[in-house]
Amino acid sequence: MKVLVAVKRVIDYNVKARVKADQTGVDLSNVKMAMNPFCEIAVEEAVRLKERGVATEVVVVSIGPKAAQEQIRTALALGADKGVHVETDVEVEALAVAKLLKAVVEKEQPGLIILGKQSIDTDNNQTGQMLAALCGYGQATFASEVTVSGDKVEVTREVDGGLRTVALKLPAIVTTDLRLNEPRYASLPNIMKAKKKPLETVSPADLGVDVTPRLKTLKVVEPAKRSAGIKVASVEELVSKLKNEAKVI
Amino acid sequence: MESNGLHQADFDLFIKQVQKYVLEQLVPCEKEVFELNRVPEHIIIEMKEMGMFGVTTPEKYGGSGMNISQYIQFIEEISWAAPAFRAILSINTGMMTTAILKCGTEEQRVEWLPRLAAGEIACFGLTEPDSGSDAAALATRAVADGDEYVINGSKRYITNAPLADVALIMARTSSTNLAKHGHISAFLVPMSTSGVTVGKPDRKMGQAGAQIADIILDDVRVPRSALLGGVEGRGFMAAMQSIDSGRFSVAAISTGYAKRILASGLRYSMERKAFGETISNFQLIQAMLADSNAEIYAAECMLRDGTAKADRGQRVTTEAACAKMFASEMCGRVADRVVQIHGGAGYLAEYDAERFYRDVRVFRIYEGTTQIMQLLIAKAYASRVLRPVLTRDSYIQSRRITKPDRKWQVFK
Repeated sequence: MKVLVAVKRVIDYNVKARVKADQTGVDLSNVKMAMNPFCEIAVEEAVRLKERGVATEVVVVSIGPKAAQEQIRTALALGADKGVHVETDVEVEALAVAKLLKAVVEKEQPGLIILGKQSIDTDNNQTGQMLAALCGYGQATFASEVTVSGDKVEVTREVDGGLRTVALKLPAIVTTDLRLNEPRYASLPNIMKAKKKPLETVSPADLGVDVTPRLKTLKVVEPAKRSAGIKVASVEELVSKLKNEAKVI
Repeated sequence: MESNGLHQADFDLFIKQVQKYVLEQLVPCEKEVFELNRVPEHIIIEMKEMGMFGVTTPEKYGGSGMNISQYIQFIEEISWAAPAFRAILSINTGMMTTAILKCGTEEQRVEWLPRLAAGEIACFGLTEPDSGSDAAALATRAVADGDEYVINGSKRYITNAPLADVALIMARTSSTNLAKHGHISAFLVPMSTSGVTVGKPDRKMGQAGAQIADIILDDVRVPRSALLGGVEGRGFMAAMQSIDSGRFSVAAISTGYAKRILASGLRYSMERKAFGETISNFQLIQAMLADSNAEIYAAECMLRDGTAKADRGQRVTTEAACAKMFASEMCGRVADRVVQIHGGAGYLAEYDAERFYRDVRVFRIYEGTTQIMQLLIAKAYASRVLRPVLTRDSYIQSRRITKPDRKWQVFK
């Protein structure tokens, strides 16, 4: 079985994001970029499926500027077999990403598609669901456990009330939650070997997808600064402050 | 000879993985390292798997072939975490690999380099109870006996001795001292060899988790094939091969750790309030942060320049000594200022500042003390500056008037 994994290049989670002075977006110049953490979990899960003999090939796809090849090469170093880079400098929206991924799915014919549940930059949490709808495949989002058996995949999902287990017919779409696995680190020998793995570059036009944005960002602002709280000595003091200062009771 | 080292894109990718690994795994593990006084096994295994023990080993011997600039940047990155983590791999990536590569036979390279790259831990046995940099006083003896050598003696302050799989032991193969330290030979001795015992780990001022101990050799028999290079008298040369990169490495850990220390000082100064505002608002605190930041930058510049020269094949003994001396002293000043920024809290074991202060003290001592560096730098400086004026005419004149050869003796 072939597994397709989508990875996204995002601002590193350790970096303090700053909004551009003109409020058009987040300032990404000279900022450290990395693979979206949920995508790392997706790659790890696919590689583990391969190590267990369930998957035969792991294909990793990324959509974005030339620099996104760094994230593909990281995934190859982590154990993926082949990379597909859909190169575009346009800021691609979730629906366009889903359409591009659908075109890659049609070409690669994977038995399982694993994505992160969301990317930590825009936090959309849409692509996996949209891709499932476009492909007509079953979807299991927020996975914390994935078990493939025969032509089915059993997925434990993290939902508000607890855990929910669903069974899907393959091919299917799975999006990863934080507790699915703990991703490994790419070793230097594997980084060196990854250079020899195939990496194919295509454009959105090659895949017949129009990626022109349909949404317009009006402005991006930093969250309002919270002023520091205070400590109260007793319940009485708390109640009195809530009554007289905050005036909420 | 110019050294391009590891493919730059691969190196950049690896450095990002190292940064991630340091923040996510090594720093959270520090408390455990201090409590156990060793690096936990699972971390050592991960470091081996990531290829960290073979970064400097050439590709054909199972490593990744970083050049000196790359190696030093790697050390700087890993030195954000406690020094114990660097200590565990530094003998492999530094002295041991260089000695075997430069002075070993091809059989020894093929046998040992891939094992060291894969993470068999090495230690380097030069120092003795009565002999440090003074190689003439080396007392450990190796005596040929048929197809074997019999080694007797003891080694002191040996980094990683309690964990090591193999040691490179410097031993005297001639009872009289020979020119160019030709009486010293080097032997590859597996630590499991009968007659090798390791003393209790020494208790130190700082750097908890990095273990040093004595090695006692009592009638240790090794085959002739264990003699490094297959020829007697190469031991001192083997020890000297990596001395410049070893000094750059100490400069790199000083610089990397200084960044961590300063960041903790900055964070504290932005949280701690006095007179109604955070102390980072006070200009005297800002001065300490600024001075430290500028000095870290200076050390980084020295490292970049010195290692780039080394990779171009230039002789860098002076650059390495300058970088080692400046960066280690700088790190001491930064750690001292950060204790000062912490005020009373800086004196308490509860805060990292106190540990940083103890950890960095040894940077000014090992791999040659600041004073040894000063002698070396002054001597090299004098020879560099005095030499050009010694044209034939000025030489004759100077012999008469200023006697430069007598000046020379000051530095010898």
